[in-house]
Amino acid sequence: MIRDLFSKKKKYATIPSEQAKQEVPEGLMTKCPQCKSIMYIKELRKNQMVCDQCGYHHRVTSSERIAITLDEGSFEEFDAEMISKDPLQFPEYADKSAKDREKTGLNEAIITGKGTIEGMGVVIGVMDPRFRMGSMGSVVGEKMSRAIQRAVDERKPFIMFAASGGARMQEGVFSLMQMAKTSTALNRLHEEGLLFISVMTHPTTGGVSASFASLGDINLAEPQALIGFAGRRIIEQTIRQKLPDDFQTAEFLLKHGQLDQVVARKEMKKTLQNIIDIHRPAHTGIKED
Amino acid sequence: MAEQLPFEKPIIELRNKISELKTFTLEKEIDLSGEIEKLETRLEQLEEDIYGNMGGWERVQIARHSQRPTTMDYIERIFTNFMELHGDRFYGDDEAIVGGIAKFEGEPVTVIGHQRGKGTKENLRRNFGMPHPEGYRKALRLMKQAEKFKRPVICFIDTKGAYPGQSAEERGQSEAIAKNLISMAGLKTPIICIVIGEGGSGGALALGVGDRIYMLENSTYSVISPEGAAALLWKDSGQAKRAAETMKITAPDLKELNLIDDVIPEIRGGAHRNVDTQAGYIRQTLKTALLEMSKYDSGELVNKRYEKFNNIGEFDHVNGVMPAE
Repeated sequence: MIRDLFSKKKKYATIPSEQAKQEVPEGLMTKCPQCKSIMYIKELRKNQMVCDQCGYHHRVTSSERIAITLDEGSFEEFDAEMISKDPLQFPEYADKSAKDREKTGLNEAIITGKGTIEGMGVVIGVMDPRFRMGSMGSVVGEKMSRAIQRAVDERKPFIMFAASGGARMQEGVFSLMQMAKTSTALNRLHEEGLLFISVMTHPTTGGVSASFASLGDINLAEPQALIGFAGRRIIEQTIRQKLPDDFQTAEFLLKHGQLDQVVARKEMKKTLQNIIDIHRPAHTGIKED
Repeated sequence: MAEQLPFEKPIIELRNKISELKTFTLEKEIDLSGEIEKLETRLEQLEEDIYGNMGGWERVQIARHSQRPTTMDYIERIFTNFMELHGDRFYGDDEAIVGGIAKFEGEPVTVIGHQRGKGTKENLRRNFGMPHPEGYRKALRLMKQAEKFKRPVICFIDTKGAYPGQSAEERGQSEAIAKNLISMAGLKTPIICIVIGEGGSGGALALGVGDRIYMLENSTYSVISPEGAAALLWKDSGQAKRAAETMKITAPDLKELNLIDDVIPEIRGGAHRNVDTQAGYIRQTLKTALLEMSKYDSGELVNKRYEKFNNIGEFDHVNGVMPAE
C-alpha cells in the first residue's frame, strides 16, 4: 500500500534536466539507486548522503563536502570570484558556463580555501561535478595552483577531493596544459616536503586522473567511485570485448595497486586527521626510557 | 607512390598532366615546351594557393600522412652515436616509445619519442604509436638517467594518444602519465619538446613538459582528437573537420595563442616530401634552444619551467577585473 503511494508520487515528479537526474531530486524522499530502499532526504543528508541500508555513496556537493570534512566554521575560501574566459570562442561555451553558474550557484568546478581538521590547518580543494561535469579548464588549474602556493607559503598539507570528467574540451590546449600546470605546482609542494593527500571521488577520469589526482603522497578513494584514464565505451570499442563489471572502480584500482586505501565517507575525516597527524612536523624522535 | 590527400587532388592532376605532356614531347617529337612552361607556372601558383592556405583539417591530414617522418627518421638524421635503450625495469619494453643516448653536435644527449610504425606489421609491433604505462615509465627512467649524467633531454611527440585499453588501465595509465608530468616539472636538466606529428592529449603531454615546446608547421596538438570532439559535441564523428577548425589545434593557432614557443617551418606540402631538409630545420631549432638553455643552472631551469606552465590559462573575475594574487 505504502509503496504504491510513493511510486505514484514519483510519476508526478518533474525532472528538470539530465543532470538533475543524478542528484537527489528535490522533495521529501528519495530512492537509493543501489538497494532501492526509500528514505527521507533529511535523514540521508544527516548520514552524509550515504544510504544506511546498503552503504551506497550518493553524490555530495562541494559545499557539503567541505562541511563534512572541515571543522565547523573554519573554512575560508580563496578566489571565489574567478570565472572562466572563452579563449577559443568555442561555440556555446560561454552560454553553458553562464547557465551552470546560475543553476549551481557556483562560479566554477572547484572550490579552494583553507580550514582546519580537528584543529590542524589544511589547504583544501574540492571539485564539483555539477559544473561542466567538474571538467578542468584554466580556472580549475589556476585556483589549484594558487591554493598549492598558499599551502607552500603557510606550510600546510594540501588535500584535494577530485570529481571530474577530465580536461575541459572547450578550452582546448589551455585545458590540456592545466594538467602540466597543476603537476608543476605539486612538484613545488613536493620539493618543500609538504604533504599532499589526493581523494578521488565519483568520477575521477581522463586528464584529472592522469595528473594531480594520481600524485598524492597518499591516494585515497571513496567506495565505488569511477576512476580511470580512458572511457569504458572507448576501451570496449578498442579491444572489442566486454569489460569486467568492477572495471575502473575504486575497488578495482585498489586491487591493482593504484590506491593506498578505499575509505568510506563516514571514515574520511578521521582518516585524514590521522594522516595529517602522522605528518606533523613537531615530532622530536623516539625518546630513550 | 606517395599517399594522396583529397585536398591535394588538383595539384596531383596538374602534375600528371605535365608529365604526360613531357612524355608526349619525347615520344612524338613535338615541341610543347611553351605549353609545359605555362602549366608549370600554374602548378607553382596552385601549390602556393593550396599548401599556403591549409586549415586545421588539411593539417590534420598531413600530420597523419602515412609517409610522415617519424621519431626514428629524425633521430638518424639529426644525431650521431645513437644507442637505443629498452625497457622500464618494471614490466616490459613498449615499442610505441623509443629512447636512448646519442650525440648532438658532438655533445651527449638523451632522445625520447613516440614511435609509429610504417606499414601494418611495424604498426602492430609499435601499437600505432599509442603507449602503455611501461612506455611512459621507460621514458621517465631515461629522463632520470639524463638528469644524473647532466645531459639534456629531447622529446619528439607523435601520438594519437595513450592507449585506451584494459591492460593499460590495470597497470596504471593515469599514474604513469601523471608521474611523468610531475617528474619532468622537477627534472634538473634541460628538456626540449618538439611535436612532429599528432600531439594527442595526455598521452602526448606525458613527454611534453619541457623548457621549450616547438611544433612542426603541419603538426597538431589537442586535448581530444577532432573525431572524439565531434562525437561528444555534435554526436557525429563525421563532423571532425568542423571540430578541427574550432579547437585550434594547428601549430600556427597555438603559436598565436602563445601556448607553444615556436613553429618549425615545413617544406611546402609537408615534411614527408624531403625528410633530410626537414631534419635540417629541426637541427637548427634544437641548436638554438640548447644554446639558450646552457645559460641556466638547474635551479633556474626548474623555476623557469614552473613559471612557464603556471602562466598558462585564461580567466576572469565575475565583475570583469581579476585582482592580482
